[in-house]
Amino acid sequence: MKGLRKLLDSAKPNFEKGAKFGKLHSLFDALETLAFVPNRVTKSGAHIRDAIDMKRTMIVVVLAMVPALLFGMWNVGHFHFQALGQLDQKTFWEIFWFGFLKVLPIILVSYVTGLTIEIIFAQIRNHDVPEGFFVTGFLIPLIMPVDVPLWMVAIATAFAVIIGVEVFGGAGMNILNPALTARAFLFFSYPSWMSGDKVWVSGLSEMDKVADGFTGETIMGMYAQAPAGVTPSIPYSPLEMFLGTIPGSIGETSTLAILIGAAILIWTGIGSWKIIVSVFGGGLLMGYILNLFAVNPYMQVDAWEHLLLGGFAFGAVFMATDPVSATQTERGKWIYGFLIGLLAILIRVLNPAYPEGVMLAILLMNVFAPLIDHYVVEANIKKRKKRLQASNS
Amino acid sequence: MSEIIKIKKGLTINLKGKAEKIFVKAKPAGLYAVKPTDFHGLIPKLCVKVDDRVKAGSPLFFDKYRPEIKFTSPVSGTVVQINRGERRKIMEVVIEPDETIVYEDFTAGDPSQLDAKDITGKILSSGLWPVIRQRPYNLIANPSDKPKAIFISAFDTAPLAPDYDFMLKDYGKEFQSGIDALHKLTAGKIHLNIDSTYPASSTFMGAKGVQINKFRGPHPAGNVGTQIHYIDPINKGEVVWVVSPQDVIAIGRLFQTGHYDASRIIALTGSEVKAPKYFKTLSGACVRSITDNNVREEGNIRYISGNVLTGTKVAANNFIGYYDSQLTVIPEGDKYEFMGWLAPGLNKFSLSRTFFSWLMPNKEYVINTNLKGGKRALMITGNFERVFPMNIYPMQLIKAIIIEDIELMENLGIYEVAEEDFALCEFVDTSKTDIQEIIRKGLDLMHKEMN
Repeated sequence: MKGLRKLLDSAKPNFEKGAKFGKLHSLFDALETLAFVPNRVTKSGAHIRDAIDMKRTMIVVVLAMVPALLFGMWNVGHFHFQALGQLDQKTFWEIFWFGFLKVLPIILVSYVTGLTIEIIFAQIRNHDVPEGFFVTGFLIPLIMPVDVPLWMVAIATAFAVIIGVEVFGGAGMNILNPALTARAFLFFSYPSWMSGDKVWVSGLSEMDKVADGFTGETIMGMYAQAPAGVTPSIPYSPLEMFLGTIPGSIGETSTLAILIGAAILIWTGIGSWKIIVSVFGGGLLMGYILNLFAVNPYMQVDAWEHLLLGGFAFGAVFMATDPVSATQTERGKWIYGFLIGLLAILIRVLNPAYPEGVMLAILLMNVFAPLIDHYVVEANIKKRKKRLQASNS
Repeated sequence: MSEIIKIKKGLTINLKGKAEKIFVKAKPAGLYAVKPTDFHGLIPKLCVKVDDRVKAGSPLFFDKYRPEIKFTSPVSGTVVQINRGERRKIMEVVIEPDETIVYEDFTAGDPSQLDAKDITGKILSSGLWPVIRQRPYNLIANPSDKPKAIFISAFDTAPLAPDYDFMLKDYGKEFQSGIDALHKLTAGKIHLNIDSTYPASSTFMGAKGVQINKFRGPHPAGNVGTQIHYIDPINKGEVVWVVSPQDVIAIGRLFQTGHYDASRIIALTGSEVKAPKYFKTLSGACVRSITDNNVREEGNIRYISGNVLTGTKVAANNFIGYYDSQLTVIPEGDKYEFMGWLAPGLNKFSLSRTFFSWLMPNKEYVINTNLKGGKRALMITGNFERVFPMNIYPMQLIKAIIIEDIELMENLGIYEVAEEDFALCEFVDTSKTDIQEIIRKGLDLMHKEMN
């Protein structure tokens, strides 16, 4: 390590502002701080500081998403070979390897596009490169259908980073969750690639012949497409929904893998358990309300089953908990999460145009988060003013 | 009051190097100093020159805007240096002591027989007035104010903090005289706040004319700001005073002897101290006088007058601060750490459980002064709320100060806080923002606006 340190020390002056490679300062700094925690010491205030920093925070979030990613890779292979009717002939590793090769390019495109833009902006703004994109770059592939063209991933990522984050002043200043911004961009720009019954299974749209009885439709799609009054027959059991062997975006299908991630986030203290719990609570409540007034099969779906479907769990655990776009007050977090849960199920079931409501519910509540905080803080201010009045009278 | 006030939010930082409960008589320091920089916002006016002779209690400088507030010499001797910093700012007035201390006489007197004016006058002329600080704004109290109450925190929960029950157990009489004097200065109560987890010393339990309040909980339960918030929060327009227990004793001694006796006990603590103990010395003593031959000299080390959260960095040849009862020595963190953010981190302390050190809840940590990451925007939420026990929204208040919104600061409770109340927020902050500095800026803004 001493060798690397020496190399960095000797190269450093070349990357200072105004030096030969001054334009690459941000890139150099990003790589240097990745390799070594800087030797900066405290100058004012507390002399010692918590060992946590943004890099550690973000790497923990990424780790929490790894189970969902690994499962997603396997699931991609699983459905591909199932569609071809070759599932019996393939080993576990062949299935996984197929998915791995499908998903890896999406991850690489997302990271390369996003980080390039982040580094350019950091250089222009004279900032350090923020770590937020570690997570965003990982989230984007997980919420894409596996057959999404790579150029779409690239422009969606660019859109999310530039319009979603940088125009607001950079990481920490954005209003919307950047990964969802990317997905929403694709959803509205290229709807045929982001929904329907072909996109969830790798290669399905190009297959001449699929196995008998196979459908790549998501469960929510089945309900939404079913003719009025007919209860669609769902070929998946609740256990399969929980484990994740259902069609869907790459990382969103396995509730189990997502819950492992949730456990990591909550135990380490990185993700707000209040938001996670209240999103599930809100979703459950709306499910029950719809059951009460059910007039069609979709509204009759058991409330708890909704929590296993689509991106609900994924959104609750990895999207709603983004501290920048969520509410900032603790009381606000309860309200914010609860409303996301309510709205997600409401949109999902009642709006025929959007088979999935989680993305829209979270984006909508991102916009309302400052308002929720405002009222929470206002209550505190009122209390203080009341106390002042009481002491003056 | 027998009810215990339980503080739930906070953080105990368990550091290596607690002071053993043994008193050591420090050898006489070669030099003593009073540092105008210990008093925030003070513009000092000198009344001595180099080579002047002074007694213990002779004024060295005074407050330009409140000339009655004097700062006096802790020893008799010769002014040897007046050190200045940038823009000729006076950093310290240094005195070389005589063999035996000669005192200015302020005439002894029983405070319960004196009136408020005499008491104020005596404390002012002895140079002890600055020990009385006020909230809001956390500045030296205004002698013409009548505070609604006076608060004394008789325990300290900061990392490696001295144990006042042990430290001051033999000073019951002096403490009582100090309380008697302070009593004349307020129309309200004197609140003496103790830790309910162990029996407090008789110095505190035996004190008359005070209301004893019991607290329990992690740091910052011992911060007087936290205590005020729970007992009798400060509203706009109100003033309370705070005094630390050692300073109450110094005031008591003034009335008993008529002298400014600057005796002070300093807990020498920290992982780099070989034998951390309690040292009996005088206010303003040279740091070296208690650390000589008692500090590990491996790598760079940092001397802090005060505790690791709120103290002031001092050089080894500098002086202990006016308000401090503790000197902490910890390693500097001016080293690179390879992949530090990725390592399991068994020896890294964190509020979060992102390092595996959570496996060892009772570990004593050696923490250096490394910032441990780069400065970022304030992104992470919820951490401040876990360590900030007041019913105030810390993040919102910090942001109100950053945008200098006076009305919002007032609404969000700026009158109730001081820098030290945010020290833990600063410690846990992932974005490494210097929060205490922001709070101080907010207090200064508010003070300027209101006066």
